[in-house]
Amino acid sequence: MTGPAILLLLAGLGAIAWVSARARAMRLQSAARASGRRDAVHSLPGYHGWYVALWTLVPAGLFLAVWANVAPGLVTQDVLGSPAAQSLPADDFSRSAILGEARAIATGMQAGAFNPLSQGLVEPYRDAIGQYGFAGAALALVLAFAGGAYAFTRVRPDFRARTRVERLVMATLLIASLLAIITTLGIVASLLWESFRFFSMVSPVDFLFGAKWSPQSAALGYGNDDAFGAVPLFWGTIFIGAIIAMAVAIPLGLMSAIYLTQYASPTFRKWMKPILEVLAGVPTVVYGYFAALTIAPALRDFAVMIGIHGASSESALAAGLVMGVMIIPFVSSMADDSIAAVPQSMRDGSLAMGATTSETIRRVLIPAALPGVVGGVLLAVSRAIGETMIVVMAAGLAANLTLNPFASVTTVTTQIVQLLTGDQEFDSAKTLAAFALGLVLFIVTLLLNIVALRVVKKYREAYE
Amino acid sequence: MTAMMHEQQTLTPAGETRMPETKMTETKMTARDVKVFYGEKQAIKGVSIDVDMDNVTAFIGPSGCGKSTFLRTLNRMNDTVASARVEGTITLDGEDIYAPSMDVVQLRARVGMVFQKPNPFPKSIYENIAYGPRIHGLAHAKADLDVIVEKSLRRAGLWDEVKDRLHDSGTALSGGQQQRLCIGRAIAVEPEVILMDEPCSALDPIATAKIEELIHELRGRYAIVIVTHNMQQAARVSQRTAFFHLGELVEYGVTSDIFTNPRQERTKDYITGRYG
Repeated sequence: MTGPAILLLLAGLGAIAWVSARARAMRLQSAARASGRRDAVHSLPGYHGWYVALWTLVPAGLFLAVWANVAPGLVTQDVLGSPAAQSLPADDFSRSAILGEARAIATGMQAGAFNPLSQGLVEPYRDAIGQYGFAGAALALVLAFAGGAYAFTRVRPDFRARTRVERLVMATLLIASLLAIITTLGIVASLLWESFRFFSMVSPVDFLFGAKWSPQSAALGYGNDDAFGAVPLFWGTIFIGAIIAMAVAIPLGLMSAIYLTQYASPTFRKWMKPILEVLAGVPTVVYGYFAALTIAPALRDFAVMIGIHGASSESALAAGLVMGVMIIPFVSSMADDSIAAVPQSMRDGSLAMGATTSETIRRVLIPAALPGVVGGVLLAVSRAIGETMIVVMAAGLAANLTLNPFASVTTVTTQIVQLLTGDQEFDSAKTLAAFALGLVLFIVTLLLNIVALRVVKKYREAYE
Repeated sequence: MTAMMHEQQTLTPAGETRMPETKMTETKMTARDVKVFYGEKQAIKGVSIDVDMDNVTAFIGPSGCGKSTFLRTLNRMNDTVASARVEGTITLDGEDIYAPSMDVVQLRARVGMVFQKPNPFPKSIYENIAYGPRIHGLAHAKADLDVIVEKSLRRAGLWDEVKDRLHDSGTALSGGQQQRLCIGRAIAVEPEVILMDEPCSALDPIATAKIEELIHELRGRYAIVIVTHNMQQAARVSQRTAFFHLGELVEYGVTSDIFTNPRQERTKDYITGRYG
């Protein structure tokens, strides 16, 4: 019996369970009501229906999920025990290739065999798969019937089906929320593991403090001395994300927030805020085009015109400026929130002293909103240094340790992309370096986020 | 013209007729037929009143009667509400404060305000007081500023309590101290009029008593207008009382008269606790 068919069958069983349990509950309950005791009836009939349906579906479904993972192993065991398997080669690699081919033919994913040995195994495979498939389906159906029957016998007027169903709903929601966290933990674990492997090849000190980055020199045939000093990458990241981008985003974002909260008419604000928020939704790759195709060449021409040496068509400035523009809506909306959180009474107090609007903003609102604004800026920095597309397209690959904004620099994210695109072997230091870089980036953005959220939260409390 | 006179009389029947038997003093601010609108809604319906220098004037009335709204027209704080519109004339020393030539910044330096909830800036005590003098350029040297800060805090009755911690945050003070700090902040720019919008409603009885005492001491130096819905407070601190109801000035006169011998039925009902 095939997978879809058994699932369909189970769904049908569930529906039947729902309908029959609900009908039974209705009948029993009207009988109980007739007896006149109001507390004799607990849950609505629908809950009884769900209760029985869930008992029918959940155990059988869980069993099928486990079976789907266990069965292939059992099938292979079976096939290996067949007489045709005696002639298989001894080494693991060719053995599993042959087995795989036989399985593919048996399930109809491949038409003919390359290796004559696998042809002989197709028949045992087909048998075993059919056998175990049937066994799985049968067991699932038995479970469904057993679960359904058990639950069905429990349908009584005063049975608390509602409580049980609610509990299951809660459990489902809990699992959903845990999944995201567990996945994140899994990612961190894999990051840690791969980084650990990297640091067993390259010393952490060389990695964190070395000033020369050339991980691919061996692969590209420039000699054999790969260097993994990541300082130029860290510098490039900070130069673009935390210095140039913030030099654009902080003043512009802050000023736009001040205008929107303090001066703009309600109508203007009503139009402007959503537009700014839409800007935040522009895919970063689009900003990337803009940086690489428009801003970067213009900046290079400008640099050449004013006589700066070493101007490159991929520059820190181009990437940083465009990234800054990208971050403006983010900074603006954080600053907007914190300025709006300053109580109106503070503003009134200053205005009533005869301060002008701009004096009030400069001397009262901004200082009062500063912690919130700082928190917002930290979050913006953490976004900027994790940003990838713009720097991949506009910042370049040369790991220069330079202060010249017109020169090409590279960033952590760019190098990660560089190291992991294409076919990779996951046991060389070159590839594993990407994980170490990712780990550093992860730790830094995590710390930034924690600090920023604490600052923002503390500040919110101050005015509540 | 006659129509207007007539209207004025019906709206404020007792308005000008019972002016004080106590000493006549210099009139500081006058309001004539002031109407305030919030969008379509009329909040103040033609109020005429004089505020003089030597008497504390109290505005009383039930919640929503317009007393705070009217108070805020006196230093144009209603300007900050986009939908608010003011009609009529209000003068300060004979000068129309709604005239285009009037600079609202200077007006507010002359007519200070203390709010319902203490609202010190999140700065040090010293900086809170120095705020006004700084923006109005009243002090050029640090020493001048120190003098102003000390004088203002002394007048606000706060100096002895805070002189050793002038650089602590103003928001760390108790509620009553914060309110006196706000009064000191208003005094620091040497205003002529101080408007107080229910200055004690967020304070405990002891802090309230201190503020009332302070109002007594400040009387005569500044024209003081206080909004309160505590009638005992109005009786204790003021010499003139104006009773507002539904946006109208029902009765205005010497405080003791208003409380012992109100002329209007509505005033009497309010004072005896029939509504409000």
